[in-house]
This record gives sequence, C-alpha cells and structure tokens, in this order.
Amino acid sequence: MFYREAGQFKTNYADDMAIFPILQDKIGVAVIIAIAFIAVPLFGNSFFISAVMIPFLVYALATVGLNLLTGYTGLLSLGTAGFMGVGAFACYKLTTAFPGVNIIVWILISGFFSAAVGVFFGLPSLRIKGFYLAVTTLAAQFFLQWCFVRIPWLTNNNVSGAIEVPTRTLFGFAITGPNALPEVRYLVVLSIVTVMTLAAAHLVHGRIGRMWMAVRDMDIAAELMGIKLLQTKLLSFAVSSFYAGVAGALMVFLYLGSAEPDVFSIHISFLILFMVIIGGLGSLIGSFMGAAFIYILPIVLRYLPESLGFSVSPATVEHVNHMVIGALIIFFLIVEPHGLARLWQTAKQKLRTWPFPY
Amino acid sequence: MGSTGGAPGIARGSNQHKGDVLLGVENVSLRFGGVKAITDVSFDIRKGEIRAIIGPNGAGKTSMLNVINGFYNPQEGRITFRGKTRARMRPSVAAAQGIARTFQNVALFKGMSTLDNIMTGRTLKMHSGFFWQLLRHGPALREEIEHRRFVEEIIDFLEIEAIRKTPVGRLPYGLQKRVELGRALAMEPELLLLDEPMAGMNLEEKEDMCRFILDVNNQFGTTIALIEHDIGVVMDLSDRIVVLEYGRKIADGSPDEVKNNQKVIDAYLGVAH
Repeated sequence: MFYREAGQFKTNYADDMAIFPILQDKIGVAVIIAIAFIAVPLFGNSFFISAVMIPFLVYALATVGLNLLTGYTGLLSLGTAGFMGVGAFACYKLTTAFPGVNIIVWILISGFFSAAVGVFFGLPSLRIKGFYLAVTTLAAQFFLQWCFVRIPWLTNNNVSGAIEVPTRTLFGFAITGPNALPEVRYLVVLSIVTVMTLAAAHLVHGRIGRMWMAVRDMDIAAELMGIKLLQTKLLSFAVSSFYAGVAGALMVFLYLGSAEPDVFSIHISFLILFMVIIGGLGSLIGSFMGAAFIYILPIVLRYLPESLGFSVSPATVEHVNHMVIGALIIFFLIVEPHGLARLWQTAKQKLRTWPFPY
Repeated sequence: MGSTGGAPGIARGSNQHKGDVLLGVENVSLRFGGVKAITDVSFDIRKGEIRAIIGPNGAGKTSMLNVINGFYNPQEGRITFRGKTRARMRPSVAAAQGIARTFQNVALFKGMSTLDNIMTGRTLKMHSGFFWQLLRHGPALREEIEHRRFVEEIIDFLEIEAIRKTPVGRLPYGLQKRVELGRALAMEPELLLLDEPMAGMNLEEKEDMCRFILDVNNQFGTTIALIEHDIGVVMDLSDRIVVLEYGRKIADGSPDEVKNNQKVIDAYLGVAH
C-alpha cells in the first residue's frame, strides 16, 4: 500500500539507473541514516553504542568487503580476519611512526597494505576455484596470524605482544585511546562505514561490478566479452581486502582499544563468512542484515529474559542462546537459501502487490 | 564500427561489399591427445556474408569456432583475421579484435538482469577509471548513460523491452538465446559466431531468430558464421556453407552446390559399403 512505485515514471536513463530508483527506498534509506547519525548518539546509552553498534558496524564493513569477493565475484575466502589484522597492524605501525598525521588518514591508508597482501594471496585464484581456493586463503589466514604473533616489530616490541592504541584526536576530540567518548567513536565509525558502503554500491552497479558478476556467473563467456580474468579477480581481492583492512583498523582503534594477535583468529573469518551467507551473497544490504543477525541477535537474546522479568542463570541463557541461534540459522537457510536479503526482496514484492497475492 | 559518442552508430545500412576475406583458416589441425578433432581444414569467411558450418554430430564444428575465437590453440595451421595472422591467442584478445560469439548451451550470466547482461557486452568500450566508478559521477556516469542508450537500441531491435529488468535465469529458453545474441551484438563485432542459435526452439522462435540474424547481417553489416542443424534454415540463410565430417572438410560452396554434393549426401544419409 505504501510501497508502490506506480506513478513514478522515469524519463531519463540516469534516474532509471539510480542506486535507489524507487522513491520509498530513498526515503527509507534517508530515515535509517538519520536515525543512525542523530537518534543513536543522542539517545543510546554508552553500552549500546560501544558494545553493540560500533562492533556491528565494523563487522558489517568487513562483511561488505567479503561480499564483494564471495558474493559478487564468486571467490571463496577464509582469510578475512588475516586481512583485517594486516590493516590493524599497518595502522598501528603508521600512527606510531608518524603520530602527526591524522589517524583517519592512516586507517584508510592501512587498507592499501591489506589490499596488497590480499592481491598476493589472491594470485592462485586464476587456477583454483571454490573450496580449493578457500583452502589456499586459509593459508593466508594462518600465515598472517603467525606473523602477528612472531614478529615483535609489528607491536613495536611491546612485551605483552599486544597493540595498545594511543590517543589520537580529530578537531580536538579524542577519537581513539582510553579517553575517547563512545559517541565520538561511533560517529567516526559510522561515517567511514557509510561512505565505504556507498562506494561499494557505486562499484557493483557500474562496469566493475558487472565484470565481477560476469566472472562469477560464467567465466568462459566473461572472457569472450574481453574481460581479463586474472585482473578482474585480483581487483576484487584488492577491494575486498581493502575493506577488510579498514574494518580491522577500526576494530582495534575504535572498538577494542587494544588487541592481542589472536583477535584476528580463524573464528572471525568464519563469523564474517557466515554473515555473508546468512545475509545474502551478492547483496550489500544483506551484509548489514547478516552482521545484525549474527552479532546483535545473541546480545538481544542474552538480555531478553532479564528484561522480561525471568530470573535465569547466565549459563542457561548462554546455552539456550546457542541453541536458538543455531536453530534460526538452519531455519533461515531452509526457508531462504539466498539469505535475508532475498527474504527482504520477497517481502517488498508482497508489499507492492498487497492486498492481492500477485 | 559505430562510435559511442553522440548518436549511436547502430544503423549503418548494408553497403558492405561481399568479397574481401575477413577471416582465413589455413590447414588447421586440432588434437586432444590422440583424438583428432579437426584435421587439415581450410576455408575463409568473406566480409558481410553469412557463412554456415554444418556437419553430423561430432564433426568438429564447435571445436572450429573455439579455434577461431582463441579458446583452443590448434597444433597446426594458421588463422588470419583482418589481415593479421596468428598462431596462439587468448579469447579476450579475440574479443578486442572484434570477434563475438554465442554458445550452444546458453552461457548467460544467470544472476544478472537482461540489461546488465547486455551492458556487460559493452565492457571493452568503457574506459572510465576506478575512482570515478567509486563516485559514480562525472565520466563514469556519463559513460554508463551513453552505453545504456546503445544497449536500449539493441533491446529495441531484439524486441525484448518487457524483460529488460528480469534476471535471465528466469527467462524461457528462446528468450535466453535472444538475450545472448543481444549480448554479442553489444560488442559491435566484426565477426559474429553463432553456435546453434536455433537449437531447441519451436518453429515460431526459429523464424524470429532467422529474421534477427538476417537483420543483423543487413543493418549492421556484421559478418556471421553459424553452426546449425536445421538444414532448411541453413540453406535459406547462408551465402556459403562449409561441411565438416570427422574433423575434415568434405564440401565448401553455395547452398545449391552443397546440396547436390555426393559426399555430403553420403555423410548425412549414410552409404552402403
């Protein structure tokens, strides 16, 4: 009823090719962005902002990155956490070596280091596909994690072997380090995630996105269109690792505040891959849905019994939590193997034709 | 070829003179281990003509197309395209030189819409840089709109306006074949290779496809090489026909010559030993 595009006539190609061609979508996205930028910092408490929203956004960014590689280009990777680690350690080295340069600049530049490493480990992708490629990226994951643990130079020879984030400021506000306010950190993370997601949307709607999807769907035909497979796949690895690197730097500098090398373990790689699959392969909005499902839902479930007035022991809650999440994952994969994004698409289609079935 | 600036160069009239050799195949042999797919085949394709390659199953027709667009590299022989001779090449290079093709079993990008599939055919003609792509602004957006206009002309031409936003995986087979033709046309090819464009179609769809093939040849002056099993279609459409059997060329000439060639009749009908 409210979601009808009837009467919205496109009179030029630019309007028709817009990222959000339907007016209601434009309004919806504007509302979500307004809530995220204004309502959340104003009304959210510091636990909600620093322990829910910031990590959610960081995971969503990493998921967007992996989705560009796995969902759009069809290349399976289990090295995401490794690439995130490269971003985090690069950012740490850069900001301690050149403290004068703004930390935002270093966070973004550390993505390039991660991209370079990603391209290197993406080289086998020309010959190796599917699960076998996942195994070769697993090598990246283990090798990079080994480096983080074994090379003390990366942590400036810190005896604890961990990164301790120094305080850095932007416009006089501390945005990293122990004194940074959650609201400030949140706004920084949100701005970076918003801009990078928009850039990703632009990429996948343009020539490069079509090249990636062509390689994913039918690489033989793609080659006949003049698409060079190796360059296209490596570009995807580079962009994806860039996103992972920035997400890693944000994770350490604006969320955790300090990081041991085992933060970037294989567990995180799997978690982000699950977010991509649950959210929907080849969907940016799905990346956010997947990250919310895997990261926020357990937190909600953990505090739900308490807020409803049940007194349940924390251990029981934790066990039930695991069972519920597991069951929900199976449920969603059976109902809609294409992820939450497809569910959302179907819902929109239903809304469009409501109250009629089609 | 038509430029992308200003009015798209899609209507070019058929002032092609058939005669110049566009593609020459000389003594090509292709082996897979001990299997001889093609043995010492020579023929040529002239500019502006419709050239058919026919033969019984397993005669090496598709292998021949794969050799022409660089998928397989023949062990012996040479291919000359637009005066340039080559021994080995990558398919992407063949595409850049102006060879497009469709596949026997449709090879569309299943997850993408009709529009995106055909837009992908324009990839080689698009040059805006990565950072403009990130912004989707300036040159990137201008280029996108320009090529969209061109693609819409192809969509018009193939009469697939109604399905432009439909994911191709959901389309019926006949339409998929048409979209695949559109994707090849979007490359503005000099030489278009069609591998069984009418396989699995009903009579009406076949007639449509024939019309499109003739129109492409007439309006755009595109040279076409096609493989087809429907002999009636082949005889009507093509200017000249090559007949292969067991990887060897057994006949070459106009439809009438081929029709009356005893070797061809034997190959198709069998011969008493």
